[in-house]
Amino acid sequence: MRVAVCVKRVPITGGRILLTEDARAINTQHLGFTMSPHEECGVEEAVRLVEANKGDSVVLTLGPPEAVEQLRDAMALGIDRAVHLQTDGSEWDAEATAAALLEAIRADEAANGPFDMVFFGNESADSGGFQVGIRVAYALGRPCVTGLKKVTVEGVSVRCEQEVEGGRDVYVLPLPAVLTVKEGLNLPRYPSVPGRMRARSKPVAVLTPQRAEPRLELVRLAVPAGQGRRAESLGSGAAAAPSIVDVLAKAGLL
Amino acid sequence: MIVLLDDHTDASRQALTLARKFGEPRAIAMDAFEPFAPDALASAIVALDPTAVIGPGTERGNEVMARVAARTGLPFAANCTAAEPGSPVTVTRLRWGGSLLEEARLHSARPLITVAPHTVPADTGPPPQPVEVGAADQRDLVVCVSEHVQPSNGGVSLAAAKVIVSGGRGVGSKEGFAIIEELAGLLGAAVGCSRAVTSAGWRPHSDQVGQTGTKVSPEVYIACGISGATQHMAGLKGAKRIVAINSDPQAPLMLNADYTVTGDLKEIVPAISAEIRKRR
Repeated sequence: MRVAVCVKRVPITGGRILLTEDARAINTQHLGFTMSPHEECGVEEAVRLVEANKGDSVVLTLGPPEAVEQLRDAMALGIDRAVHLQTDGSEWDAEATAAALLEAIRADEAANGPFDMVFFGNESADSGGFQVGIRVAYALGRPCVTGLKKVTVEGVSVRCEQEVEGGRDVYVLPLPAVLTVKEGLNLPRYPSVPGRMRARSKPVAVLTPQRAEPRLELVRLAVPAGQGRRAESLGSGAAAAPSIVDVLAKAGLL
Repeated sequence: MIVLLDDHTDASRQALTLARKFGEPRAIAMDAFEPFAPDALASAIVALDPTAVIGPGTERGNEVMARVAARTGLPFAANCTAAEPGSPVTVTRLRWGGSLLEEARLHSARPLITVAPHTVPADTGPPPQPVEVGAADQRDLVVCVSEHVQPSNGGVSLAAAKVIVSGGRGVGSKEGFAIIEELAGLLGAAVGCSRAVTSAGWRPHSDQVGQTGTKVSPEVYIACGISGATQHMAGLKGAKRIVAINSDPQAPLMLNADYTVTGDLKEIVPAISAEIRKRR
């Protein structure tokens, strides 16, 4: 079985987002980075599938040179190798990102055979475009289901559970397929020390795609005005319990 | 222009408000194909050769619009809070689950836009002319809902809960949630948690409130030992009142709450339960 998973490097924003001076990006000077949460589950799923069925797993990312950290993280969890579509750190829109990933996937498939499954996060944590996986699926001519919370391979097909209001919708797709997943699909493992050691020597292929002019062009970012909450202190410690219960009583919840 | 409408959601009437800016809308229903078949729906929309397509920024709305975008090779702006026709179309859209706003230019003569729920007033005008769809091509029915499974847990659903008692890293352990569950039980509340808690394996992901968990809208949200990272706050935008209990008065959630109590949640939460019992 061959499985690919696409991830995106994003800052860990913590409690308050600060912007750069030109307001075109988050000021990441004091921030760490991670891959989008949904994608962590995609990585875990890819590792589990190849552990259970043998084969080959590949992680792909489009991002600056530092995004190799996220590729190493994925390989520390058990992904076999990586493809890094290196950028200068400028913003790529979803269309251009999908086009570059598509080309890399096609090149890998030409050399090593088709992927049975390609995983994406349902949406990236930062830009939240909801479309890169679907664009790649259409270009590959493969079926795609989004927002998955459970994936079960059944022979030549895959049973997919999508979370919807009041339960889950089930789709059964023929393989190969493109699947976009959500956090909660599984509980990703912590990387082991030997896993981290092995990840250092796993291969990372570097490509340098050309950035197309974005058709969804970021102009500037803004932090939305607060929700108008003004915290009223009810005191400290257990002595504040009656005041909290007063709040609940006032809301008619007792 | 075409507006994609899902009768069951306010988000659809909000989408309609924005759609009217782009011309006289004709409506295609999210459930035009039963069971749900997103490729069939996208095909039907593309076949109408629309000058613009506007839909709700719900999971399904975003999914169908992305399929329209993929088929037509057009750019797509998801979760917009505003949009003005023009060349280029200017939009404001949500990033980071609503923690940031992005002003952007959409360079497209045929804009594809979804409208972020609860950011635009709902349309009150006459319902748009519906579009009849023909039979779907078999190729568009490969991706099709084949079954619906009900959730197995009998507890109070987070998304619909009127009260939520939620715990964060400050709860300390899986066992530490006993006092959270006790208070929730007394209030008929749902138990929630932060991402740190699910990552540690203390609670299932179905309890997680936030950008990648459940977005909630209770009357009262009681946050115990939750710092209030943007990831968590993105799930709280619909909460009417937030009560924060934290040992750090400068924690972001303490600054974004309606009521705060400073101190050790391990003393405060049982004291709230005791006070409720006393008053009943």
